[in-house]
Amino acid sequence: MSTSQTPVLEVRNLSIALPPGSDRATAVQEVSFSVNRGEIVCLVGESGSGKSVIAQGMMGLLPKVLPVLGGTILLEGEDITTASAARLRELRATRMSMIFQEPMTALNPVMSCGDQIDEVLREHTRLSPEERRRKVLDVVREVLLPDPERIVASYPHQLSGGQRQRIMIAMALVLEPVLLIADEPTTALDVTTQAQILRLVQELQARHGTGVLFITHDFGVVAEIAHRVAVLRLGGLVELGDKHEVLKRPQHDYTKMLIGSVPTLEPRQTTPDASAPLVLETRGLDKTYRDRAWFGKRREVHAASEVTLQVRRGQTLGIVGESGSGKSTVARCVVRLIDPSAGEIRLGGEDIATLSARHLRPLRKRVQIVFQDPYRSLNPRRTVGEAIIEGPVNYGLSRDAALARARQLMELVRMDPGALDRYPHQFSGGQRQRLCIARALAVEPELLIADEAVSALDVSVQAQVLALLEEIRERLNLAMLFITHDLRVASQVCDHVAVMSSGKVVEYGEANEVFLRPKHEYTKALFAAAPGKDFVFGGG
Amino acid sequence: MPAPDTAKYEALSVESAAAVRQQSAWQRVKRNLSVRLGGTALAVLLLVALAAPFLGTVDPTLFDAASRDLLPGKSGEITTLEGETVKHTFLMGSDSFGRDIYSRVVYGTRVSLFVGVSTALLALAFGILLGLASGYLRWLDGPLMRVMDGVMAIPAILIAIALVAMWRGSLLTVVVAIAIPEIPRVTRLVRSLVLTIREEPYVEAAISLGTPTLKIMFGHILPNTIAPLLVQGTFICAAGILTEAILSFLGVGLPPDIPTWGNVMAEGRAQFNEYPHNIFFPGIFLAVTVLSVNILGDGLRDTLDPKMAKRV
Repeated sequence: MSTSQTPVLEVRNLSIALPPGSDRATAVQEVSFSVNRGEIVCLVGESGSGKSVIAQGMMGLLPKVLPVLGGTILLEGEDITTASAARLRELRATRMSMIFQEPMTALNPVMSCGDQIDEVLREHTRLSPEERRRKVLDVVREVLLPDPERIVASYPHQLSGGQRQRIMIAMALVLEPVLLIADEPTTALDVTTQAQILRLVQELQARHGTGVLFITHDFGVVAEIAHRVAVLRLGGLVELGDKHEVLKRPQHDYTKMLIGSVPTLEPRQTTPDASAPLVLETRGLDKTYRDRAWFGKRREVHAASEVTLQVRRGQTLGIVGESGSGKSTVARCVVRLIDPSAGEIRLGGEDIATLSARHLRPLRKRVQIVFQDPYRSLNPRRTVGEAIIEGPVNYGLSRDAALARARQLMELVRMDPGALDRYPHQFSGGQRQRLCIARALAVEPELLIADEAVSALDVSVQAQVLALLEEIRERLNLAMLFITHDLRVASQVCDHVAVMSSGKVVEYGEANEVFLRPKHEYTKALFAAAPGKDFVFGGG
Repeated sequence: MPAPDTAKYEALSVESAAAVRQQSAWQRVKRNLSVRLGGTALAVLLLVALAAPFLGTVDPTLFDAASRDLLPGKSGEITTLEGETVKHTFLMGSDSFGRDIYSRVVYGTRVSLFVGVSTALLALAFGILLGLASGYLRWLDGPLMRVMDGVMAIPAILIAIALVAMWRGSLLTVVVAIAIPEIPRVTRLVRSLVLTIREEPYVEAAISLGTPTLKIMFGHILPNTIAPLLVQGTFICAAGILTEAILSFLGVGLPPDIPTWGNVMAEGRAQFNEYPHNIFFPGIFLAVTVLSVNILGDGLRDTLDPKMAKRV
């Protein structure tokens, strides 16, 4: 890293407006930072902090409603806030390029991957078709994709998420730009794939001396790859410095709070009482999806097979796994939102796996579920009061009694009982998740299922909701089934952990045991991939 | 339930500051130019329809042999039902029976608006029921949608002509005949909406709270289909007005003595070369009405369609 040269990117006092009527005047307020050659700078912030707007501003991709109010963005000394559209087009891909969060939508589905990389070369170079072809294959090889000939000929839908993101990286780096902007490039990926992509970005960046502006909300990722860190809050820069400085000795209160909210990977110390009564027991639970095609082959997908789990009163069982591992299938079977293909679901000794809808209804209130997406979990056309009293009223409670209970529940989840007559869109994501918890608790369940319930939340809000769930479990002596892809979150709340992969439980035991002495290869791989696992965060 | 915690409500400062202030859908609708334009034009037409007797009109069925084929603006006389002959200015001229075209066009507004709105309501009512049933009861979906496909395969105007021919023309039969071919379109729309909404977590939460199926269909799913249905309704309304005029023009709609725009145009058809006003004036009214309903519908779609709203 040489600081004698001009930095690759220098942002000075950048301000970008928000449309009138927004909750604040500017998306970005007087932000200054720089990226040097061969350096990775992480731009960290929660949702709404303006980090993606900065990236768009750099690429000249800002929508018209977000004009640049002032300041300069210097790319190798050249101001791009005043550059013409033609000049910007020249700069993109040759001097700076960008990779996005969602590799499926960032690639054109009707063009082969090779053609999409080739397009960059066609537009910006005068290479002959043979030279371009060689270059495309070279860059595909460089991002470590197997069988480049086949990959180049395939279309985005034929590749996995991680492979698509590699194609995006190949496209971004084929002309060796001096600056790479990565906007949450691993957020949509599974943790093991994320680890591979992060390693790849690091290797390529070191080899070519590229400056990287890496935008993320995940401090684990920051700890893994950053050289320097810039922390944003509500459009303003609150802290900027060396990774070790910022993560271990944060100065600003907000940074301290954020870093303190990052869950540790160390399992909490508990000795779950093995004699507590069983609330839920699944035996050989199996869910197979069959394609009943008229023509062609019948396909079978084993979403979950031979799942045997136990949850005891007052304890939390975590189901951990990557996408497609079958963890949500198990949850949805237990709530009987889908019907299991085989096996037993014993709820306090009674098998509910094959009960008819009519016989199931009286039992439904004993198991409640909180979903991942707080924006879709509440009916937008009903007040939150109506949402919370729906369950109790279904089970015969009078409206007045149910409303009284709803007010108590609002206090339990730390919300103002006076807000019961408001509509969901008037609440933030974290508040909505509290409302969903209140709705689930309204029918006094024995088992609460949290299906990725904190995954969509910002880290500080996540910490609050986790603490709330923990408090409720203790106070109401609830059994909890906690489903997550995030090992850090699991380590915070679970007494027992089941690790799932491809529909099977590969490891199951007390949290301490599984986290500290994993036995199965897959569990070990999962831990090895957790970003920032070796890093000790300061702050708090 | 344990006693509520007396601790103060947690300050969610970091997060609530980022919460987006949302404009209500109704406010957006009111501000939309297309909605205002179409809405105003329709309001005027509705006023014309309601106030028809007070707008210098005579009974639209009156005729006078002495006042046949008058040009617009000419004065003449007309015989009332009591046998009196009164002076009358024919603002839009008269037809070959000596009837006042202005009165017939103004009274025709009543028929057209009534037909448009009631076909839309009828088609929506049946479409919603069938669509909800088809989208929520999986065993019914296949058979029901194949019947709908069958109805959609026949041109709407042919079904309407056949039905009116079977039942004899009256206001009720015409409305029903126009509404029936629109039902499959509404059913398809509602079904597709139900299929997406039933997968929403809030519907699954309602299921796990033990809410009965009927309550989920009408309490959770139906209210969330209203915006697209409102838009679809305006387009059915416009199509209904047009179809009624076409049926009347072809002579298979309402009986010729009822003043409708289609009937007025049908009577003027033979003398179109000499007296174009017979067709011109009702044609203008028809065009303006259909256009304003469509503009209103476009405006509603722009403001209510969530996909469009996200782009703002």
